[in-house]
Amino acid sequence: MSTAGTRSPAADVATRVRYLLRIADTSLVLGQRLGEWIGHAPAIEEDLGLANTALDLIGQARLLLAYAGELEGRGRSEDALAFLREEPDYLNATLAEQPNGDFGDTIVRQFLLDAYQLELFERLATSTDARLAEIAAKAVKETRYHLRFSAGWLVRLGDGTAESQGRVQASLERLWPYTRELFDPDDTDREIAAAGIGPDAAALQAAWSARVDRVLSEATLRRPADSPYRWYGKQGRHSEHLGYLLSDLQYLQRTHPGASW
Amino acid sequence: MYTQGLTEPGVRPATESTPDDAERLRRFEARIEAEEKIEPKDWMPDAYRQTLIRQISQHAHSEIVGMLPEGNWITRAPTLLRKAILIAKVQDEGGHGAYLYSAAETLGVSRAELIDQLLAGRAKYSSIFNYPTLSWADVGAIGWLVDGAAIMNQIPLCRCSYGPYSRAMIRICKEESFHQRQGYDIMLKLARGTAAQRRMAQDALDRWWWPSLMMFGPPDTASQHTALSVRWKIKRFTNDELRQKFVDFTVPQAQFLGLSIPDPALRWDEAAKRHEFGAIDWREFNDVLKGHGPCNRERLAERRAAHDAGRWVREAAVAHAAKRAARAVA
Amino acid sequence: MSDAHDWPLYEIFIRARGGLDHKHVGSVHAADVAMAIEHARDVYTRRLEGVSIWVVRSTDIVASDPADSDALFEPARDKIYRHPTFYEIPKEVETL
Repeated sequence: MSTAGTRSPAADVATRVRYLLRIADTSLVLGQRLGEWIGHAPAIEEDLGLANTALDLIGQARLLLAYAGELEGRGRSEDALAFLREEPDYLNATLAEQPNGDFGDTIVRQFLLDAYQLELFERLATSTDARLAEIAAKAVKETRYHLRFSAGWLVRLGDGTAESQGRVQASLERLWPYTRELFDPDDTDREIAAAGIGPDAAALQAAWSARVDRVLSEATLRRPADSPYRWYGKQGRHSEHLGYLLSDLQYLQRTHPGASW
Repeated sequence: MYTQGLTEPGVRPATESTPDDAERLRRFEARIEAEEKIEPKDWMPDAYRQTLIRQISQHAHSEIVGMLPEGNWITRAPTLLRKAILIAKVQDEGGHGAYLYSAAETLGVSRAELIDQLLAGRAKYSSIFNYPTLSWADVGAIGWLVDGAAIMNQIPLCRCSYGPYSRAMIRICKEESFHQRQGYDIMLKLARGTAAQRRMAQDALDRWWWPSLMMFGPPDTASQHTALSVRWKIKRFTNDELRQKFVDFTVPQAQFLGLSIPDPALRWDEAAKRHEFGAIDWREFNDVLKGHGPCNRERLAERRAAHDAGRWVREAAVAHAAKRAARAVA
Repeated sequence: MSDAHDWPLYEIFIRARGGLDHKHVGSVHAADVAMAIEHARDVYTRRLEGVSIWVVRSTDIVASDPADSDALFEPARDKIYRHPTFYEIPKEVETL
């Protein structure tokens, strides 16, 4: 952003860790949600597809959390970060923690985030932070496939039966307000962009928006109006759903402190 | 995962009526004798076809239902690596179900039909999945014992006389080898862990040991259907032979873990060079088989709910494909 | 309980590595070809088993009838002179 000249290009460590956690936690929480599906999808092959995406997301979370832990320098491992933080310390996008709902809800959530992550990882692949760039380059390939899966399904459901169109349009209306947060830069985002570590939010939003519009149009779905309400999951202020997700996620680590698995 | 001893009675070599059929049966049996594979379009006796459809579909159903008890622990897995491994494993089970339904379909039955039979409660699946997974150690015990027993059952099936089943089994066995290892690895960590973790591991072994032995099916003396399956090389070892092998393999593994097998009668028979073990409670086996296990109802209800909840999705995909096809023509 | 219509069946062929033929591996159900490719990928290539996928509607495959096997394949049996092992070449002739 425009402040590049007036401030040091290298963001401070706390900011960089915070930024990494935002990306890592979004993958982590989304992967955790997809894990709930396995065994319950509309067809066996869809179980396998959702599981593949979940595995990629958990893999991304592991790489990013391990890096965040190293950067932070307080000896926290990927698992310490994944399992032993308190709720406000998780910095995922609020959209990722929204419940699975029906298959349409899951596909809409997935599509909106896949499109976001693809734009994000493509840009992070040229980050000034070499380690992050390397992780992002791997994630780009995975995310391309995730988007192919979710966009394909969004089109089938949108341009399917009257029932499926009604359902998935409703999912879109329900989940759309959470997209606001993805492109609403705060100090962390600005500092990261200035240091050339992460992308500029406005450019990200334009690319995302164009991509989303193309698929929505093919799916014969209406793009919902932007909502004034903003969510701040990336600053640790979440919806009510994250707490329940974390109590499952953390259950064993919390019950058996210090145990090794 | 697979269980022997499910295949229902009523499978007899059809008393083939015409001399033509008798000749075909003779040639069919000669091919089996010569270890040739039977392929989908080849002539086969109806009893062979029906036995295979039943066995392969029961096996497929077992994989699909088997996703549920372990799936319980995906969201609660204790580390990210364990979570990824468990997702991959449960996913593999779905994949194995898919391979097996695909093999069954080569016999002229549709997957939708087979799934309907399962959901209507008319088809069987391995009873082992009607037991609950109560702790993380159960994920370990299932991999170690249940997958261990399954692999023992499945390896001979790779040589099954029916080509598509045999090929599916080769693929499945290759993939399953990691399942048992990850289970044992979990048990190892628990056995070397805290007192609470060791208790968890012992408790899981206590609950899964006997049901695992039951996975091999009723004793040979009570299993009247084995003979024809063996003759047609659908099955290659008897239930008791495989069960004995499993016990002999598993006892030292339990000893290494420092866990005790819940069978006071278990002892090494030096003369016979094998373990002697206590009597299996076949009444429990039959109860669970008949639907009175701890989780029969939940498992089927969960499968039905998923199937019903997915109907609008499957229909939408068909409707969309039809629209596309119509547009392509226009 | 039955669905009005099940997804059609596709036969799946995978090329394991560059330079090899596509080989039949099984089938998947899918509503359309794009889905068939994705399903084949998720079902049959979870362990790097392939670099290329073909999908074909099962109903589009035309197969020979096993009853015709004798007529189709037996005639090739006695043409042993088509195989290099049929010929005995003197040891001295090395490069043949």
